[in-house]
Amino acid sequence: MEFGIVELSRLQFAMTAMYHFLFVPLTLGLSIVVAIMETVYVMTNRPIWRQMTKFWGTLFGINFVLGVATGITMEFQFGMNWSYYSHYVGDIFGAPLAIEGLMAFFLEATFVGLFFFGWDKLGKVAHLVVAWLVAIGSNFSALWILIANGWMQNPVGAQFNPQTMRMEMTDFFAVLFNEVAQAKFVHTVSAGYVTAAVFVIGVSAWYMLKGRHIELARRSITVGAAFGLASAFSVVLLGDESGYSATHSQKMKLAAIEAMWDTEKAPASFNLIGFPDQKARETHYAIEIPWVMGLIGTRSLTTEIPGINQLVAQAQDRIRSGIVAYDALMHIRAKNGAPDPADTAIFEKHSADLGFAFLLKKYIDDPRQATDAQIVAAANDTVPTVWPLFWAFRIMVVLGFGFIGTMGYLFYRASFKGMNYPRPMLKLAVIMIPAPWIAAEMGWFVAEFGRQPWTVDGVLPTALSVSSLSITEVSLTLAGFVLFYTVLFIIEMGLMLKYIRKGPYQDVEETEAWVQRHKNRLAGRRNADSIAMPAE
Amino acid sequence: MILHDLISYDVLRVIWWGLLGVLLIGFALTDGFDMGVGALIPFVGKTDLERRVAINTVGPVWEGNQVWFILGGGAIFAAWPPLYAVSFSGFYLAMFVVLAAFIVRPVAFKYRSKRDDPRWRTSWDWALFASGAVPALLFGVAVGNVIQGVPFHFTEDLRPVYEGAWYIKFIGLLDPFSLLAGVVSLSMLIMHGGAWLTLKAEGAVQHRARTIGSVAALLAVAAYALAGVWMAYGIEGYRIVGDYITTGPSNPLHFTVEKTATWLTAYGERPWIAIAPAMGIVGGLLTFLGLRAGREISTLLFSKMAILGVISSVGLTMFPFIMPSSSHPQSSLTVWNSSSSQLTLFIMLVVTVIFMPMILAYTAWVYKVLWGKVTTASVHDNSHSVY
Repeated sequence: MEFGIVELSRLQFAMTAMYHFLFVPLTLGLSIVVAIMETVYVMTNRPIWRQMTKFWGTLFGINFVLGVATGITMEFQFGMNWSYYSHYVGDIFGAPLAIEGLMAFFLEATFVGLFFFGWDKLGKVAHLVVAWLVAIGSNFSALWILIANGWMQNPVGAQFNPQTMRMEMTDFFAVLFNEVAQAKFVHTVSAGYVTAAVFVIGVSAWYMLKGRHIELARRSITVGAAFGLASAFSVVLLGDESGYSATHSQKMKLAAIEAMWDTEKAPASFNLIGFPDQKARETHYAIEIPWVMGLIGTRSLTTEIPGINQLVAQAQDRIRSGIVAYDALMHIRAKNGAPDPADTAIFEKHSADLGFAFLLKKYIDDPRQATDAQIVAAANDTVPTVWPLFWAFRIMVVLGFGFIGTMGYLFYRASFKGMNYPRPMLKLAVIMIPAPWIAAEMGWFVAEFGRQPWTVDGVLPTALSVSSLSITEVSLTLAGFVLFYTVLFIIEMGLMLKYIRKGPYQDVEETEAWVQRHKNRLAGRRNADSIAMPAE
Repeated sequence: MILHDLISYDVLRVIWWGLLGVLLIGFALTDGFDMGVGALIPFVGKTDLERRVAINTVGPVWEGNQVWFILGGGAIFAAWPPLYAVSFSGFYLAMFVVLAAFIVRPVAFKYRSKRDDPRWRTSWDWALFASGAVPALLFGVAVGNVIQGVPFHFTEDLRPVYEGAWYIKFIGLLDPFSLLAGVVSLSMLIMHGGAWLTLKAEGAVQHRARTIGSVAALLAVAAYALAGVWMAYGIEGYRIVGDYITTGPSNPLHFTVEKTATWLTAYGERPWIAIAPAMGIVGGLLTFLGLRAGREISTLLFSKMAILGVISSVGLTMFPFIMPSSSHPQSSLTVWNSSSSQLTLFIMLVVTVIFMPMILAYTAWVYKVLWGKVTTASVHDNSHSVY
């Protein structure tokens, strides 16, 4: 691949976004886990739950701050590296970003300070409310950014305006209730909850293996397993929901994930494993499961899912129609504010395909002069590279089912075996800590790499979206981010490990005294459940 | 949707021009003292404990304050997309430096006191200094550039193109007038940080903050006045030529713009705007006196008045221009040709009217809960839970 501005800008965006998403899922989930723990504290008045809130709160804080810091880059780099994109769709895309700031960022950021500094300044209930406001704020921010991202995947409620040479919003509620955005939101926050559950369980399991902080660890695993099981079901089922909505909006992405080169007779089979070959347009050594793909994608036995070759043929037609739209647009623009109604009529008929004509800009300045060979080449460009999508998707799905299995088992042990966990399971829980991050990064990779060659599906090609910058500038900032983020990552991991090793260090005496009293009471009553034991 | 026709397009544009000012001023009033305190940390605190006092005066609130910056980015994107596109890609490397500062700062606050090692802590103190002082300077430099006009143009497809080789784009920002504007903003925010520390700290930290803050206040007033004189005699202004409509589509290329001798003719056309620079200068002088006398609440209010005056004077003087183009005046961004669509502006206004009062209310409540001085004793006693 030749590295021009487009590739460098893409690399920078991919790197900063995926780095940002190392911290976001844990923030989403841990904010809720901490608020749940504090709720238990306020309801039962048991000091151990306050200690748990503070301990997991400390780890939450170390993680949260990098989520905030790396999020700043995200908010500004659309303008920095993607200025034509910003001009072209800012009328729609900017709104959810601004609403995210108004509705979510202020809420979480204003109260997160009070969460850490307010223990002595606020009453118990007021502090609990603050904890929940932080959690709600974090989750709201996911909602709005996914409405923005959902629009890039499925650009509804907008239309091109020849006067301003950009897309403009026509229906805010269509953007808001975009089915892709809604499915993505639930899928993404559930992934965050799973991440937090696996993290809490993994760290607690490590304590149990070391024989430290047993009381805190057992209770934390119980919270984690219950929360994690519900979230793991949600993330897989609602991931399926995004597959279903992709059938309507992004057929090419779906076909690429599945490496389905040709339309199959309905219901299509699912390629469990295989080796996609982009050149030959076939998948070697495929192991197929009949019917499954058709059922996931269409929820029916008779609807066909189009294959890549058929979609490329459709793209050619849309490029030709886009050229007609482009020609009419040039006529409208030449008339400077008083367009010929005939041109307007032609443009409106073909404007949905205007973006396809822009695909030709890679080959020729004026799409109207394009040769047939160039149209064929541009249509072929609509196929993303298949094998990374194929594999990333499968890794994500396997991990997703793995989470359901492990969470289910832990939940069973917590509920029916008196919170006793076998050692191999505890070891597995420690090893599993990185798994949800891998799954989440794979998921984003599939979502964004699978949208190529578009930034906004069918509307604006990635190659056109970049800023007019020099290679030097983008290389400098890319190098800067790599250096900077690497240093921050090392510092973050160092502190995280330091505070995990240190264990809970606040309210120690009070908690230990309570644990002793609690044990004495339990000894007085055989078979009593240590959590169900009434409060003092 | 018919509802959004209730407010005409030009009125919406003026409202959003005003809200852009509200955001910038909100940012400077809140995050401004965080940056000022950051720049002051190495100088107001001689011991670790003293530095922790200074840090913890902003410890619980900097995170919320910083959202004004992020919201500024989001709101410019939503309401003024061409401005967002041109300014951030145009000031590319400068913007990267600002981002770097805003990334380091949260980490420095949060991580500084998590290890006892003195070298670790001193390094983060200087990181806090740089991440406060450098953006404070660069924001002023950016305003200085915008006042003089920035070398960019739009192609027929409305693709923004910033002119000049990459190093000229970066070094070229640092011309004498823009540097003077940078001195105004840096000294103004140090003054503001000094006023904040006067209210929230006591003893040696407060004393040093008052001394440095009062010098900064005088410097800010002097530099601001000098910039005003310079603008009267040495800086060109811009104006729209011929007929134009204020409710037309947002296409910057539809207007004809030319350079004029000075921006300050605006004060002849709209004499009432002179109240803004007057507030800037009077506010700065009163802050100086307040810091010398050791008054706490009133000094912070005067400092806010100075910032309000200085920032709004720039916007009011340039109206209706937002970002003129020096190389291709035709491409200049004005209130009338670089906004979002009427529908988007209307929806965003509704959202702002609902949420902004809520934000102000709960922010005020948080400040009320945290009311009172941060002392060396309180930091020492809560060593585990504070920064």
